[in-house]
Amino acid sequence: MKLSDLFADGKLVVTSEVAPPKGTDLAEMHENAELLRSRVDAINITDQQSSVMRLGSLVASQQLKGRGIEPVFQMTCRDRNRIALQSDLLSAWAAGIENVLCLTGDHVSLGDALGAKPVFDLDSVSLLAAARGLNAGADMEGNELAGRTDFCLGAVVTPDADPVGPQLIKMEKKVEAGAAFFQTQAIFDVEAFARFMERAKTFGVPVMAGIILLKSAGMARFMNANIAGVNVPQALIDEMAAAPKEERPAKSVEIAAKIVKDVVDLCQGVHIMPLGWEKQVPAVLDGAGL
Amino acid sequence: MLVTKRKPIDEIVGFVTGEKAVFLLGCDGCAAASGTGGEAELLELEKELAERGFEVTGHKVVDFLCQKALIRTGLRAYAEALEKADSIVVSTCGIGIQATATVADLPVHPACDTISLGGIRGEWQGEERCQECGQCFLEYTGGICPLTACAKQLVNGPCGGAKDGRCEVEPDVRRCAWEVIYERLERQGRLDLLRSAPVLVKDHAKMRPPEELRGTRRWAIDIADNEEVAR
Repeated sequence: MKLSDLFADGKLVVTSEVAPPKGTDLAEMHENAELLRSRVDAINITDQQSSVMRLGSLVASQQLKGRGIEPVFQMTCRDRNRIALQSDLLSAWAAGIENVLCLTGDHVSLGDALGAKPVFDLDSVSLLAAARGLNAGADMEGNELAGRTDFCLGAVVTPDADPVGPQLIKMEKKVEAGAAFFQTQAIFDVEAFARFMERAKTFGVPVMAGIILLKSAGMARFMNANIAGVNVPQALIDEMAAAPKEERPAKSVEIAAKIVKDVVDLCQGVHIMPLGWEKQVPAVLDGAGL
Repeated sequence: MLVTKRKPIDEIVGFVTGEKAVFLLGCDGCAAASGTGGEAELLELEKELAERGFEVTGHKVVDFLCQKALIRTGLRAYAEALEKADSIVVSTCGIGIQATATVADLPVHPACDTISLGGIRGEWQGEERCQECGQCFLEYTGGICPLTACAKQLVNGPCGGAKDGRCEVEPDVRRCAWEVIYERLERQGRLDLLRSAPVLVKDHAKMRPPEELRGTRRWAIDIADNEEVAR
């Protein structure tokens, strides 16, 4: 099932994400996926996020598909050149994967293999263009394929970037290169997101607001200081700080649910990044009435 | 020495399409030695552009375009010609093009590709760097090289990793190259260039020394004896 079909039906699309393990034990990833299964339309499988070496997102996506869960196969340009990226896209199609999220990827220097060669032969825009080419039946060199792909291609954008201008231009380039939907970096400031959507909606492509569950005031402060494009307003930090430790999950769910409720009128879906709190996702969706 | 090769005239015409008048800038250093940036080559370029309907308001060969002070002094006598020009077409290496783009008030177009000698010589005391990639994209990036200025070498725009304008990889020493590119083009009223640029993909085959260069006398003198060792 392609996400683009859901958007075409006018459905508010809900996705979440799971991370493959560092190692071969997939039990926890599958448990997390099961917690989300009945509440979301699809689940993203992250591609060695933060440049930490893990089991690959292609096989993990295939396994979810085999269990009847719709995967969104995340693909970054950090670790593979154009030969490997195109090859993995062909493999993904053969494995039954229909949705691909194309990202540039974090730099190697953020991860746990600091001496690795950062590849970046392609970037998010040229990867989208390459994937669109495979959909049309040809590789980047124009060679005809024996059997094409037919992916629904997605991309990401950071609405709260400062300045946002370069992000908007890149978003436009991604649309032109074939992006059929966007998932955003985490949204905490709904008014800022509304201003972003005023400009982004002119591109005519569905946008899914990214939602991160705040686990504590400390986490919020850490993200503000260290994560690009994430700005947690002080009022939310204060709310988390005021909650006693045992009430934090409930407070976190309440905050996330309110953000979801507020953003769904502005965009076409939500993408929830639980970062270990998969158990809380159903409560967030309940709280938001989804 | 950086070796340059003139871009085909059609590519240069593509860069200046929409403009009426241009100023040509050459370099008497490596580019003149490469047969791209000397007086004769600028006159040839002027003729090619004139034949295609572009006015050339003037031209100048500066001793070393990698030296921003020399660009400033070299252009001082050409204020009037520059005033009449929509842009400067620079026939030299990636460093000279970037240095000119930093110094000049006008948009800058590259007339050359800086080609690989099988290593990288494109470092200078200025901040400009050139990888001798053989496929100059400075046209699309406001005269700032994303291969050397962006930690991920992204050629189609910024990643989402910059925080407070600093690069996520080396925040202490690097600004986000794409924010700098964006600022310069915004100042010049040329942000549409980022939108209209094609999806850029590096041709890494051009990062090897081209066959025709390896047949030259200069290659024989400078490099051939050491080629196996050097590469």
